[in-house]
Amino acid sequence: MSNDAPQSTTRTVAKLALLAVGMFGFGYALVPLYDKFCEVTGLGGRTGDAVAEIVDAPDSDRTVQVHFDSNVNSALDWEFKPVEKFMDVQPGRMYETTYIAHNRTNQTIVAAAVPSVAPGQASLYFNKTECFCFEKQLLGPGESREMPVRFFVDDHLPGKIDLITLSYIIYKNEDETERVAAVGP
Amino acid sequence: MTTQTAHADDHHHEAPKGLARWLFTTNHKEIGSLYLIFSLAMFLVGGAMAMIIRAELFSPGLQLVNPEFFNQMTTMHALVMIFGAVMPAFVGLANWMVPMMIGAPDMALPRMNNWSFWILPFAFLMLLSTLFMPSGAPASGWTLYPPLSLQGGNSFAFVIFAIHLMGISSIMGAINIIATILNMRAPGMTLLRMPLFVWTWLITAFLLIAVMPVLAGAVTMLLTDRFFDTSFFNAAGGGDPVMYQHIFWFFGHPEVYIMILPAFGIISEIIPTFSRKPLFGYTAMVYATASIAFLSFIVWAHHMFTVGMPLGASLFFMYATMIIAVPTGIKVFNWVSTMWRGSMTFETPMLFAIAFVILFTIGGLSGVMLAIVPADFQYHDTYFVVAHFHYVLVTGAVFAIMAAAYYWLPKWTGHMYDERLGKIHFWWSTISVNVLFFPQHYLGLAGMPRRIPDYAVQFAEFNMISSIGGFAFGLAQLLFVYIVIKCVRGGEKATAQVWEGARGLEWTVPSPAPLHTFDTPPLVDDSLEHKDRLPS
Repeated sequence: MSNDAPQSTTRTVAKLALLAVGMFGFGYALVPLYDKFCEVTGLGGRTGDAVAEIVDAPDSDRTVQVHFDSNVNSALDWEFKPVEKFMDVQPGRMYETTYIAHNRTNQTIVAAAVPSVAPGQASLYFNKTECFCFEKQLLGPGESREMPVRFFVDDHLPGKIDLITLSYIIYKNEDETERVAAVGP
Repeated sequence: MTTQTAHADDHHHEAPKGLARWLFTTNHKEIGSLYLIFSLAMFLVGGAMAMIIRAELFSPGLQLVNPEFFNQMTTMHALVMIFGAVMPAFVGLANWMVPMMIGAPDMALPRMNNWSFWILPFAFLMLLSTLFMPSGAPASGWTLYPPLSLQGGNSFAFVIFAIHLMGISSIMGAINIIATILNMRAPGMTLLRMPLFVWTWLITAFLLIAVMPVLAGAVTMLLTDRFFDTSFFNAAGGGDPVMYQHIFWFFGHPEVYIMILPAFGIISEIIPTFSRKPLFGYTAMVYATASIAFLSFIVWAHHMFTVGMPLGASLFFMYATMIIAVPTGIKVFNWVSTMWRGSMTFETPMLFAIAFVILFTIGGLSGVMLAIVPADFQYHDTYFVVAHFHYVLVTGAVFAIMAAAYYWLPKWTGHMYDERLGKIHFWWSTISVNVLFFPQHYLGLAGMPRRIPDYAVQFAEFNMISSIGGFAFGLAQLLFVYIVIKCVRGGEKATAQVWEGARGLEWTVPSPAPLHTFDTPPLVDDSLEHKDRLPS
């Protein structure tokens, strides 16, 4: 072998090692990329930031049915339900509905609700201006709370969509619950 | 063993004896043997786990093991077979054959080569030790989907670190192989004169470097989610468990080609030898391999159609997956064209190679069925999937490794293996493997889910047939072990060329291949060109 072989080998190895390290980073970069992708496309039913405007004279011919759904994670002993099962809404007009949460335990618990909208395409047009899911909820032993959601459906909503489901899963926030138990709210 | 020359700097002429010889070896042939022996051992360990699975499924109801242990068996069987048996076997073959095929004296980085191998036994010691820990081995399937995989005990950390070690070993091995192929070819060995086994390994090595780090990242995220309160995949903390599936299969789909491309290379060496004809469409084979490697990066979501995705995405992943059938079809037709009007003989390596072509194609076709989105909703997570991937991995990858072992054993040991026993092993394996996996297609179509220890009684007959095939196939592999040991110990002396139709540099060195070959690079010209496999 000629003398430059080891040198060229070193170069090849350096490039390949860099590629391996880069791909490790790429694995992590997939996390924000995935979030951004879901946000832009509405995949996974994530609701983006409210960007549309409320219109004064909505297209009154059109109504869309919005269904309200709730789920409680098995680690959380709460009751969590929408007051109304569904609502007929006009795109472009603001509405308000309420969910009720009740802490069935004799401890103070902090929980957080994660929203999701189905079908995914509709999530781009579903805007919440006020929601209990924006912050964590603290309920004392046996406490109940009515929690409002204010929302409107963008009137650019594609015509083929006539039913939207707004769903929440509420999870216990272990860290906050422990902190509150230790030092108080 | 003899040393040919005395001038190279790195060769230890007073090599340590006994265990130290193997611990400290930097010789590509010795490391290749270590890889192959390790892989055979893991093949038997993973096979034993498969026997437990098939014994439990022999009849409906819970007989032998509890469901938790059954789930540990399906998970560990997959991890051991993928990372312990198939991948190290291919790396072992690359270690032995790539330097000899390109006329290099050794691998480019012999010391790193030693390290790549010796990491593996420790990785698997860690992985297998979880079986004896209080919280048990992983039981969530080899894909380790959260949230289920995060609900196990602390032994999970051992699994993650074992996977990290396997990944490091694979990446170092892949870097070594690429550096060897790109920098150490003999004069005249141009890229398009390289044997196809070398080509497929070059491409496989790039796949390994591209995706093993992504797996390392994914399992690290699992580790921090489980032990350090991050929320990559934890919905309560704003994460998303479906994201794990995307990251995992971004690794996972190239991974399945990592396990089959070197097999394509092996078959492309064996079929021309025993057909006594040059490989049909050499250049097309190279480009087909590269196309498959490229496509493997853009089809991952076909493993997870049922999580729900928009129509456009489903269609994209369905069509992209189906396109893979084109380069794969090119390969199958080229193998058949190579055999066409050849002076064929049917020694054991050729029998395994022909069985590979037929049975791998069955697995490929059931893969096309699974790519059809609406059909996949029916087939997903059923035994149809189990039948599909065992056709491509057992009668595909494992049969190719068997073929390679029979093909090159005379070169490694200097002895011919027992041809009569080899043929018995072939027919026994081929018949039993079909009895084992073919009925699983029907079980899957009838709706039997995978990864369950118990099943509805209407599946009883086919499961019993499948189990009987499984036991027979398992037993046949003990015969293989016996044939290998017999061949290592002695037998008819092999010539340098071994096979009448064999062409290529590895057949110009004596059998057994001396410890050091090609210290002086051979001059490669058209007379040795692998394409020139004319009848002698």
